[in-house]
Amino acid sequence: MIPLSYYLILSATLFAIGAAGVFMRRNLITILLSVEIMLNAVNLTFVAFGRYAGDLDGQIITFFVMTVAAAEAAVGLALVIALFRHRESLNPDAFTSLKW
Amino acid sequence: MPETVTFFLFAALAIGASTLVIAQRNPMYSVLLLIASFGALSGLYIQLEAPFVAVAQIIIYAGAIMVLFLFVVMLLNAPKEDGADWDRLHPLRQPGVARWGTLLAVLLIVQLASALMAVREYNTPVGAQSDAATVNSVAAMGRSIFTRHTFAFEATSILILVAMVGAVVLARREGDQ
Repeated sequence: MIPLSYYLILSATLFAIGAAGVFMRRNLITILLSVEIMLNAVNLTFVAFGRYAGDLDGQIITFFVMTVAAAEAAVGLALVIALFRHRESLNPDAFTSLKW
Repeated sequence: MPETVTFFLFAALAIGASTLVIAQRNPMYSVLLLIASFGALSGLYIQLEAPFVAVAQIIIYAGAIMVLFLFVVMLLNAPKEDGADWDRLHPLRQPGVARWGTLLAVLLIVQLASALMAVREYNTPVGAQSDAATVNSVAAMGRSIFTRHTFAFEATSILILVAMVGAVVLARREGDQ
């Protein structure tokens, strides 16, 4: 059997990759994808701890995280489309003014 | 040790695919690689006796959310990141700064890993303290969602409705009636 710490290390690594993506990439869609990587890393932690403690709540909160991620993706992508229409760009540095 | 082999296989697949997601310049490849990463995570959920989460991961994430992303990538038709001047001249893009930041990030992960390995109770097998039958029952999970977590479940439905309306309003062209 795999120790719990292996799952936690994998999850921490995935979260770090996602965070690095948010900081390094200059493309709104890739930034949203990096956020999804981070959400999945946290899901893995929840499920691993739930298995460790013998409790179903870890899986249930994962289910809720997935629904919130779906809502976040829908609204985030709608914002990306609206922004792209204004500037013809996906670079977050192109959107520096609050009003145009 | 087939369990250990599959764990490391899925873990390597998840980390490799996620790394490539943020290394790609074409968002189309990023989305497809992220689907591979989600498939690997789904295999890990099966190993953790969470069949419902594993299937939901495939259906909701790989099936619904990633298709939404693919749809937007194709709709916007902007395959490359723009190599604008402010992008290349960005202070965080300087090679020295980037290398220093990467070093710090790797150090942080190594430190975190060694700290986790040092905790003795985290190094017992993940399923040693509980029976697999207590966590892999979808029936028990449904019962818990609709009794103990009813409020959160209903709140989620309102959230989805609000997100749907919000997405339609945001993506609408200005001036449309």
